[in-house]
Parts: sequence; C-alpha cells; structure tokens
Amino acid sequence: MKNDNPEINCELAVIGAGMAGMASAMFASNRGISTVQVGITSGIIFASGLIDLMGVHPISDGKIWKNPWKAIDALIHDIPKHPFARINKDDIHKALEEFLAFMNDAGLPYCRHKNRNAKMIMPVGTVKHTCCVPKTMWNGVLALEKKYPCLIIDIRGLRGFSARQITETLKASWPALRHARISFPNTDNLEEVYTEPVARSLSLSENRKALAQIVIPHLKDARMVGFPAIFGINDSVEIYSDLQDMIGVPIFEIPTMPPSITGFRIKETFETQLPKKGVRLLLQKKVLNVHRNKDGFVLDIGGPDTEYTVKTKGIILASGRFLGRGLHADRKQIRESIFDLPVFQVGERTRWHSQNFLDPKGHLINMAGLEIDDMFRPLDSSGKPAFNTLFAAGSILAHQDWMRMKCGSGLAIASAYAAVNAFKGAYEAF
Amino acid sequence: MLETQVLIIGGGITGAGIARDLALRGIKCILAEKHDINAGASGANHGLLHSGARYVAGDLINAEECREEGNILKKLAPHCIEDTGGLFIAVEGDDEKYVADFPHLCSKCGIPVQALDTKKALEMEPVLSKKIIAAYQVPDAAVDPFKLSMDNIYQALDLGCTLLRHSQVTGFTIEGNCVLATRLQNMLTGEEFTVEALQVVNAAGAWAKEVAALAGCAINLLYSKGSLLVTHNRIAQRVINRLRPSSNADILVPGGTVSILGTTSITIDTLDKIFPTVQETDLIVGEAAAVIPQLEKTRYIRAYAGVRPLLGAQSGADDRSVSRGFALLDHIEDGLENFASITGGKLTTYRLMAEKTANLICNRLGVSHPCLTRTEPLPAAGAARWTKPGLAPKVWMKQHDPEDIMLCECEMVPKSVVDSIVESIHEQNGKPDLKAIGLRSRIGKGACQGTFCGLRTCAYLYDTDELHADDGLTSLKEFVTERWRGVRPLLWDTPLIQAELQEALYCGLMGLEL
Repeated sequence: MKNDNPEINCELAVIGAGMAGMASAMFASNRGISTVQVGITSGIIFASGLIDLMGVHPISDGKIWKNPWKAIDALIHDIPKHPFARINKDDIHKALEEFLAFMNDAGLPYCRHKNRNAKMIMPVGTVKHTCCVPKTMWNGVLALEKKYPCLIIDIRGLRGFSARQITETLKASWPALRHARISFPNTDNLEEVYTEPVARSLSLSENRKALAQIVIPHLKDARMVGFPAIFGINDSVEIYSDLQDMIGVPIFEIPTMPPSITGFRIKETFETQLPKKGVRLLLQKKVLNVHRNKDGFVLDIGGPDTEYTVKTKGIILASGRFLGRGLHADRKQIRESIFDLPVFQVGERTRWHSQNFLDPKGHLINMAGLEIDDMFRPLDSSGKPAFNTLFAAGSILAHQDWMRMKCGSGLAIASAYAAVNAFKGAYEAF
Repeated sequence: MLETQVLIIGGGITGAGIARDLALRGIKCILAEKHDINAGASGANHGLLHSGARYVAGDLINAEECREEGNILKKLAPHCIEDTGGLFIAVEGDDEKYVADFPHLCSKCGIPVQALDTKKALEMEPVLSKKIIAAYQVPDAAVDPFKLSMDNIYQALDLGCTLLRHSQVTGFTIEGNCVLATRLQNMLTGEEFTVEALQVVNAAGAWAKEVAALAGCAINLLYSKGSLLVTHNRIAQRVINRLRPSSNADILVPGGTVSILGTTSITIDTLDKIFPTVQETDLIVGEAAAVIPQLEKTRYIRAYAGVRPLLGAQSGADDRSVSRGFALLDHIEDGLENFASITGGKLTTYRLMAEKTANLICNRLGVSHPCLTRTEPLPAAGAARWTKPGLAPKVWMKQHDPEDIMLCECEMVPKSVVDSIVESIHEQNGKPDLKAIGLRSRIGKGACQGTFCGLRTCAYLYDTDELHADDGLTSLKEFVTERWRGVRPLLWDTPLIQAELQEALYCGLMGLEL
C-alpha cells in the first residue's frame, strides 16, 4: 500500500498525554533524546494540580502517612510488586526534583514541606494529604495548619463550589472559618459562570482590581482569603501575587471539581514548554497501528485516518488505564489497547469491584495492569520483556491503586523517570 | 399518639392505591412507610403495564385482571402511561407449540392480538433479530411507577390522608380480637410513637410476612428476586416480549429516553441485601441478545433488583410457576377482626387490589361509599413529575429563566426542579438529602451516574441552607453508595470508564473513603 503520510523519525515515541506521558516526554527531552509524543489530553484536565507522592498504606486500614518517603518504605515492604519497588528511592527523589524544576521554570512553582505531606482543603470540605502544592494554593495549607481566621469566597453561578459547604464541613475543627459569596466582575448578566473564562479574565489588571474591590469589604478579621482555583492559566503566580497585594492579606486557591483550571494549567504548560524543548507533539491523535521493524517500531498515527508515520527506536507506553483508554475491558477480561500485551488479571468480573463503592479495601480491578521487569519493560506471556525497547509508565502498571494509595502523580513521575533512563541505557548500549 | 380510622402499612403502589381509594370514600387514614415511596418492588420493576398476554398460558385469572386493569389505567391515568403497544417475538429455537397456541389463548382471555409477518415486525422494530420466526402485537404499555404512586398519594393527602415516611412498624398492641394500637419508630430520629386505628391494613409487599408476624399471623410468601438493566438509550419503541414460557430477560420496556431489560427470577430466603449481581447481568444480556442482538453491545447505565412477593408457595417449587396473582387476607382465622393483609399481585393490578382491600375495610367500618377509582380520573400531581425521564428538560426549556442553572447536565435537571422537590420533602416532614432528591428526580440517573451532579447538588443544598455541618459528606457517601449498587454489575466498557473517573474524583481527589 502506498503511504503518502509525512514520516517522522525519532528515538523515542511516548504514547499517552496524561501526567506520565507528559513527564516521560519532559525527561526524555532533558536527556537530549529526540521524542515524539502522541495522545489525547482529555484526561489531564481532571488534574487538581496537587502532586501526590504517597499518602495511604495499607489502604484497608486507611492509614494516612505524614511522611511520604516512609510510606513508600512501608509500601515496598508489604507490596513488593508495586512499581515504586523497582525504582531506588534516590531516583524517586531525583525524578520529583527534576519535575518540579521544570514546572518552576515553566511558571508553575510548587511548595512543600520537607519530608512531610501537606494538608490541603478540598471543595467538599475534606482534607487531602499531598506532597507538593502549587504556590497559588500554599497559603491554604498554612491557614489550615494554624486555623487562622480565614474567609472562603465563592462565586455566584459557579456550580459545585460552595464556600458555605467548606466552612460548614470544617467548622467543628476550624471555628474561625467564614464564608462569603460574591459576583465576579462583569458576570452580573450570566446565569452560569465557568472557571476557565473567569481565570482568563484575571489576566487583565482591571479585572483583578475589580475583584479585589469586591472582596475587601468582606475581609473583617480574616487573616487569609481562600478562592476557588481561578487565578489564571499561564500567569497564575503573577495574578496571585498582584491580587494578594491589592487585597492586603495572604490569599490562596482551593481546587474545584473538574474540569478545573488546575488541569488546564498543567495541560497548557506541557503543550507550550515541550515543543520548546524539541518534543514533537502529535496531540489529540491516536496510535492507529503499530508494527516492528528492524530498528524498533513503526506507528501509524492520526484519527480516524492515518496522518503521520512515526519510526522510532523505542516506545514508552503511558496510555493510562480505562479512562485514558490504555486498558479496555469487555464482560470477560481486561486487555491492553495498543499492543495487546498480557494484562495482569484479577479474576472474573464478579471480583473486579467490591459491593461497596467506598470499601476501605478498594476494588481489586485497580491492581490489574501491565507487569514489568526492573527496566519498566512490559512482560509477555512467558514473563520476559515483550520487546527490548518498549517501556511502560504511569497508571497502566499493575499492582498499584493510585486512587486509594494517593500516589498518582508520584507514580507517574517516578515511573516515567525510570522508563526514560532505562530506554536511554538500553539505546546507548544498542 | 396518633388516631385515625385506617392505618395503611407500606408506601408502595398498593398502599398508595388503598390510601387514595379510602380517601375518595371519605375515610381518614395514615399511610406509614419504613423507607420511602416505592422503596420496594414498586420502584424496582419494568414499568410495564401488562396487556395480560404474558400470562395467557398459565394464569388466566391474572391475564384477565391485567387486561381489564390495563384498560382502566390507560383511560384514567394517561399521564402516567406511554401507550407504546407491545410485541411478542419468537426466534429460531423457541418452543413452536407455545408460539402456535399463543394467539388463541390471548383471544380466549379477550386480549386483542394481531399476528404480524416477520418482515412487518422488523419494519416496526428494526433492532429485532433477523432470526425471528413469529411476531404478535398486543396492547402492552409503559407506566411510570413513581409517578403513579406519587399521584395516588398526593390525591389522598389532598383529601386528608397523612403520610409518615421513614416510619417502621415495630409491634402491635392486641387485645382480644383487636389490634388496639400499632407501635412505630421513626427511622431517622429513632423516635417511637403509636397509631391507634380502627382498622389496620398490611400492604408491605415483600415485607408483608414480617409485618403480619408482628401481629401473630402467618403468611406463606415466597421471595423472588428479579434484576433489571437500564440502557443508555431507548432501544425500541414498543414493549418487546419474548414469546416463550416465562424465563430470564424476556421483556424490554421503553421508559422515556431509556429502555429497561429484565428480568431474572431467583428464590431468596431473606430480604436483606437485595442487589443485582454480575452473574445476573451476564445472564440477562446473553439471553436478550437472541431477540435484540444490539443488547450485547449497548451501553447500560444502571441495574436494579426488586423482590416479588409470591403467594402460596411450597418450598422447592419453581417460582416462575407460582401465581403472580394477589391475595387479600382478612386474618379472621388468625383471630383478628380489624387487621388485613394484601400482598402478591402486580403493578398493573394495583388499583384492583386497592379496591378489594378498601371494600373489606369499608365493610368492617360500616361505610357504604362505593369505590370511585374505577371511574374517577387520577389527577396529575406536581412534585412527582420530575421522575419522568425526559420531562425535566422539556419543562426547563419551556420555563427557562436566566437564574435557573443546571445541576444535572446528563438529565438536564435545573435547580428550580431541585427547589420544588426540596419543598415537597419539607411538606412531608422529610429531610432533603441527596438520596431523597435522587429518588424523586433524574439526578444521578444519567451517564455520569451522579459523579458531577452529586457534587453540584450537594454544594447547592449547602447554599440553600438545607445541609449543615458535615451532613454533606454523609449525604454524598450515601448517595454514591446507593448509586453504586446499580452500576457495579455493569462495569465493563464505557460504564467502567465512568466508574474509574468517579473513583478518581471521590476517592483519589476528595478522599471520601477515608
């Protein structure tokens, strides 16, 4: 068959545009590896902006760890097949540092405690233990720790975010919390207000001024003010600092229900920064077909028809789980979507999910996924690496439950780091 | 202590129908329900208004009752019914003798039946399998069981009846041949109280045996669990029945924008833990695909299970062969003169069951008013209308005001609808939490399964001062736990993706499991 599609040659193709895919492409470009990234970015807009490293273990006890590193030690001891067990801890540290440095350079600085999880207010009034918090949210961590007199603001027409809900839910342990509802500048005629246009409008200083003017009369004794996450997309720190100066007390953002501005920030950061670092992005496109050639792999990319042919030495499969379409389940079994790699199964469908959605033990299906060797290469049915230069990273990996263990971003970043380094090692040897 | 002429126990369609019937005859009554309206089998069935054709081969009385009652309801409660018509379809391999006898048996019961050639049937319902060998048209229809119950109750309330939700019967005070008082407990507050009534009616459906036992009376009931699946889209325009002796997954009923497929029939020993299972789902999908192949691939959004109280069963008997008819027990032989139980039966025949029960009660009370439900139209009430799939969007489009924002985007439920539901829950002294609102609206019933609308509605209930302190966390947990029972058996393909998103949000982000 004649093929007129543009052909792209690269060393590494990253499949997937979630946290693990983005991190893989970033690590690869930092190492001078010519990289193509393909995938649909719809999942990353669900991101809260918080970077969990490791929070809960064992999940059946709901034990929350103050120190994420000690939590990792305990986890590896109890679940030796967890992907964290295949990365030495020093590398997890390095991976996180490299990732945060990238985010910082891209204008999304993070704050954290040393060796201690931070506690963050969530929109339903729960408190989340997480490792790294965007700078624009960090004052909320301090306010919660000190139980400062604090004002939470919500916005008329912005559904799913109720300052009253947060203060009511937390008031038993935090009596000095108050709430107020405001109309966002220039939204008086709007029945519904969405975070994205609101956030973008704050790029204009007159809108920030107007917002500050509306908030100030509500301050009273408040030592800090919390907002739904609306402080811009590409310029969040600038908006945050300017608004804070005008309001006169420290301010912070609280994540909102998705699709949230925090997710857009990460998406736009990667989509802007990665091409600058030489990554060829083929986003909103799918891998339609893959086959081997003597040097590696040939991928047909596009949707619905082939638009590009990518020839690559190696692949990092970071295509996610069911939501990311990396895995697919029919009534009988779970399959890997692109290579049809063997998937660690967890028995018949009756066993996949607990009778209780909130079962402390979690759902067994979340432990399904790809089994790998120490180089993060998925295994074939004989237990050997399926291909020499095929690696996997992120939530597609078996023997982890990122949602319950609160290790999603940490796992994505650390496994991406390990997979990229393994590829580099293998490629150099080759 | 409350006093009334008649205490009715059970807020399913039977209790609702009795309350309306008695109220129309000028009798004061209290309707006590331990959970909420239609919490049992009345809320967990196909929503099929039987023409009677399903029963012509085995249960002629039931078939004729269904025929007659179906016609009455179509005339008097048309707003609760979508008169879709129904087809009976046989496919290759089905029992040919059963197929051949079917039209004659229908005619014998007075049920209009029309033979269709298979080409015509496929034109009418293109989703049918190409392997159909026989097709008949009958006057089956779809009925909204929530609307039907709510409308019966609302008219009874207008006429002076009192509704006590979350009120469980805990015992009876009996003296001689008489129940003097009924002891109840409010399930939400724990408060105990008594009702003194001249007559007590046990209309507790599958729970009738337990209620009767509290009065020292034995009822021989068999419990048969049936599970059903709701499809994401409406599959067919008409009710589609498999033309064969009753078996699994024989009936597909349209319900507004969805279709309901079922059922199974599994004998169970206790009424705890009634939920649909993965095995039942596979059984239903596998069987039904023989008649409508696309049911193998379609997206299902919810599963649910109900318990049929079947009468007079002997242990070990096949529960499909047990009568689906009803029984009115006067308990005279048990030594009680003011206690009656009505159980068994079908949604289609609820009015007749209510009439017979009310006749007995009136007779005992010496009231001579005749039954009016056979001739009086059922008025359409307000608050029930939000349960009807597709109706919320229509009303919203019509009365769209700029302030009326959507809380549920899948099913288009605006906040004005939630307001009116909250108001009606307050009128009934209930607590407007997410579960109660879910029961009365389409919230949580669309493609997102409550993931987003649960969060939005919870925030809204705080903003409107309905939820306080950390009530919202409890309410959200109850809401998702309740929805989960209905999605767990369906978690493959797209619904599995949705469930993963929900867990990522509710557990990964919010930590609601901790």
